[in-house]
Amino acid sequence: MTIDRAKPLLLPLTVLAAFEAWARAAHLQSDSLAPPSAIMAALIGALADYSIPIATRDTLFSAFAGLAVGSLIGLALGIAFGISDVLNRLMEVTVEAIRPIPSIALLPIALIALGFGYRMEIVIVAFACIWPMLILSGAAVRGIEPRLMEVSRALRLPPAQRVLKIIIPAALPRIFVAFRLSAGIALIVAVTVEIAINPIGLGAGIMLAQQALRPDLMLAYLVWIGLIGYGLNVLLILAQRRLFGRAALG
Amino acid sequence: MNRTIILWRLASFAVAAGFIALWQLIANLKLVSPVFLPGPDRAWAALVHGFSSGDLCSKLIGTLEHMAYGWLAASIAGVAIGAMIGSSRLMRTYVAPSLEFLRPLPVSAIIPVAIAMLGLTQGMALFVIAFGAIWPIMLATIHGFAAVEPRLYEITRSLQMSRLAVIFKIALPSASPDIIAGMRLSLTVALILSVVCEILAGLDGLGHWVLLSARSFRSADLFAGVILLGVMGYATSLAMAVAENRLLKWQRVGH
Repeated sequence: MTIDRAKPLLLPLTVLAAFEAWARAAHLQSDSLAPPSAIMAALIGALADYSIPIATRDTLFSAFAGLAVGSLIGLALGIAFGISDVLNRLMEVTVEAIRPIPSIALLPIALIALGFGYRMEIVIVAFACIWPMLILSGAAVRGIEPRLMEVSRALRLPPAQRVLKIIIPAALPRIFVAFRLSAGIALIVAVTVEIAINPIGLGAGIMLAQQALRPDLMLAYLVWIGLIGYGLNVLLILAQRRLFGRAALG
Repeated sequence: MNRTIILWRLASFAVAAGFIALWQLIANLKLVSPVFLPGPDRAWAALVHGFSSGDLCSKLIGTLEHMAYGWLAASIAGVAIGAMIGSSRLMRTYVAPSLEFLRPLPVSAIIPVAIAMLGLTQGMALFVIAFGAIWPIMLATIHGFAAVEPRLYEITRSLQMSRLAVIFKIALPSASPDIIAGMRLSLTVALILSVVCEILAGLDGLGHWVLLSARSFRSADLFAGVILLGVMGYATSLAMAVAENRLLKWQRVGH
């Protein structure tokens, strides 16, 4: 059992060890590569002098704020479109016209309208998060057991009560799946905006390390960004299992 | 039945036209400064002007080229590597978990590393786009190979087919819906990364065009570029849907 668990680790550990050995044997001098031990040292150094923690805070703040705004808008529209077939059909062309715009293409617009900083990043992240939320929560609402809707009609619940007491609880497992997807997208878009143009956060940190010809620090940032992405993913999957169990699979 | 669908479509187009009229109204009344928000008339004029002078056309082709080359390279490499990993139990135990670990990595984080290695060149853009677009395709291929009906594999064993024959005759056809879904996903990734690379490296393309327009506050040109990028995203995903329909027709016929 323990051997089976160790098997997946074998490849990355071998690669790292081989790379370390090669880098030492060849006395590696490079602007783009650094031995794993140097990357580790740079990572610990950057964690200790608070440059990575501050950058992480900036990135996660923008990503989560954008995620919150975008998923709330997407959820509201998705529920509205899911309830009302008329609205859904009327808005189809508009949604299909705006949705394919790559989120990053809005970057120059956000740049001249809002300038550098948190706000433009949040707007772009929010735009990217609206669509998966809108489409998937609309589908989730349409997939609700019709008898539940009949019950709400029989009880003569007012629309607000119907949404809060019947629709959202019934569709929640699938809405959470959409939220998990959007959270991944939010982090990706936030880092991309920072790398492309915005001078805050982890993306800006990794660009700066590259321009300063510090491959060890650059790769340390890369490892850290990978860990954040992996951690966020694991956390959300655990939350989904804990909260909804098998219900979220449907 | 068909007529109602067409009527709904028309109504939906009318609503979209209403939004554009609203946009025009906001621009005309200058509720938002025209520096940031040109009216649809100005954006359209910029689009027409850009195409008639040939400027926008070459940018469009530039972006399309970056996207297409990167995506094609990723498709070929992704299916090949995915088939190699997916068809071997050994590789599935040892290699696949590492790939799963790398999957949530925001792929744009690889851009600085690529710049350090390859400089601000076309090669860098190609590498980044291919690297980003390969994941959905490769993982979908591995998944598709793992999900092949086990009895089909038993048949190949009793027929004593070679590994290559198994891959080409059994596994690839049966995994093709997964693979095509992966290719469709990575099309979006390829477009986004093309734009980012053009912005960063100043390569000829729409990404560079929108950034330059923003820097010089030519908002009409900027909106023309963004609209064109949206059209590109729509057209490529539409083309992919048509191709998917064609390629997977045989699957639905059997059932």
